[in-house]
Amino acid sequence: MRLVAEGLSARRGEDLIFQDVSFEIAGGEALVVKGANGSGKSTLLRVLAGLLPAEKGTAKLLAAAQPVERLSEAAHYLGHRNAMKRELTVDENLSFWKAFFGDFAGGTGVSADEAAESVGLGGIVHLPFGYLSAGQQRRMAMAKLLVAWRPVWILDEPTAALDAAAEAMFAGLVTAHLAHGGIAIAATHQPLGLEGVKELRMKGFEYSSLETWA
Amino acid sequence: MIAMLLRDLKLSVRAGGGALIGVLFFMTVVAVIPFGVGPDLNLLARIGPAILWIGALLASLLGLDRLFQAEREDGSLDLILMQETPLVLTVFVKCVAHWIATGLPLVIASPLLGLFMNMDEVAIGATTLTLLAGTPAITFIGAAGAGIAVALPRGGLLVSILVLPLAIPVLIFGVSAVYAAIQEPAPFLPPFLILVALNLFFAVIGPVAAAAALRLSSD
Repeated sequence: MRLVAEGLSARRGEDLIFQDVSFEIAGGEALVVKGANGSGKSTLLRVLAGLLPAEKGTAKLLAAAQPVERLSEAAHYLGHRNAMKRELTVDENLSFWKAFFGDFAGGTGVSADEAAESVGLGGIVHLPFGYLSAGQQRRMAMAKLLVAWRPVWILDEPTAALDAAAEAMFAGLVTAHLAHGGIAIAATHQPLGLEGVKELRMKGFEYSSLETWA
Repeated sequence: MIAMLLRDLKLSVRAGGGALIGVLFFMTVVAVIPFGVGPDLNLLARIGPAILWIGALLASLLGLDRLFQAEREDGSLDLILMQETPLVLTVFVKCVAHWIATGLPLVIASPLLGLFMNMDEVAIGATTLTLLAGTPAITFIGAAGAGIAVALPRGGLLVSILVLPLAIPVLIFGVSAVYAAIQEPAPFLPPFLILVALNLFFAVIGPVAAAAALRLSSD
């Protein structure tokens, strides 16, 4: 499985945010998107997730376990917002997303309880999501990545609002995902604690290049 | 899809869900009419079906703007848009859930409110039946308006204004079917069947339009 992006450009309103971004990631690899605030990291991720149209260029998933029309069908997107309902309990939230997502070919998701266990919050799935602290809410949003299998994870600032222990936990989740042959693309300022990942540096309007992070 | 239906129904009865807001508003509107019009029982019985229909129409428009806005605010809409499941189908299911939570209580409350208006049993039965056939159409039309206004912070009034012209035919045929049932020469079935046809028509057009609007609204 390979994720190939060729000559991507995107616009927001009149402004060109970035242009000619190309990269290729194979299964088991991660790409970290770096850059200053406003350099287009989030926009790039939203284009990859199919939530914004690309001005030019394409992003495709090749040789996946099942043919996909759009990359977004094979992807989890963890954005700035958690996509969980405050009024429902954590268990109801996670079970709903598990049923709604369904598994992509090539893997299976875990149950809501196991997913909460994986992010270190096993005992509190019966609480309404709104009762949790900001960090706990973020971790439960990460548990959403586990309830249904998707080969590609698109993560926008995943570790904002998290403490050091939770960051290490999250690095473990991503490593396990990569070991299963998945792909992860993360925009972040903090080091994610992953080893041997590719790095894409967004430079705003300047040319962006791809280099391997030693 | 069943999961989506159950989740929306659960949300509607939890804190802030607003399932009962519509039916309370409906009751308020209909309950004040006899005080405003006065104790002329014949007049009340004559305008009763129309008042019930207008009340139900306005109550149905309440809360429609939150149909997709709440999903957008917490980021759920992004994930819904990404799935392989056709968006039209998801929107349709959300409309059905919204109707069960807000439209069905109006239908159930209407016989009681019919008594307030001194309507006889035939008129009450006909009003309930036409509301049952007509209120889903209002929800489906409203979904298209809600899809367009999803990105606007104060979209509520805009949705009502966008939706109202399309909902007028539903009101006309709904009320005329009730009057056909209680006044002798006019046949009940033709206006009622047109009402049902409108319902089916908007059940297709509404979700398609809403899905297109939601796709364009993402930013």
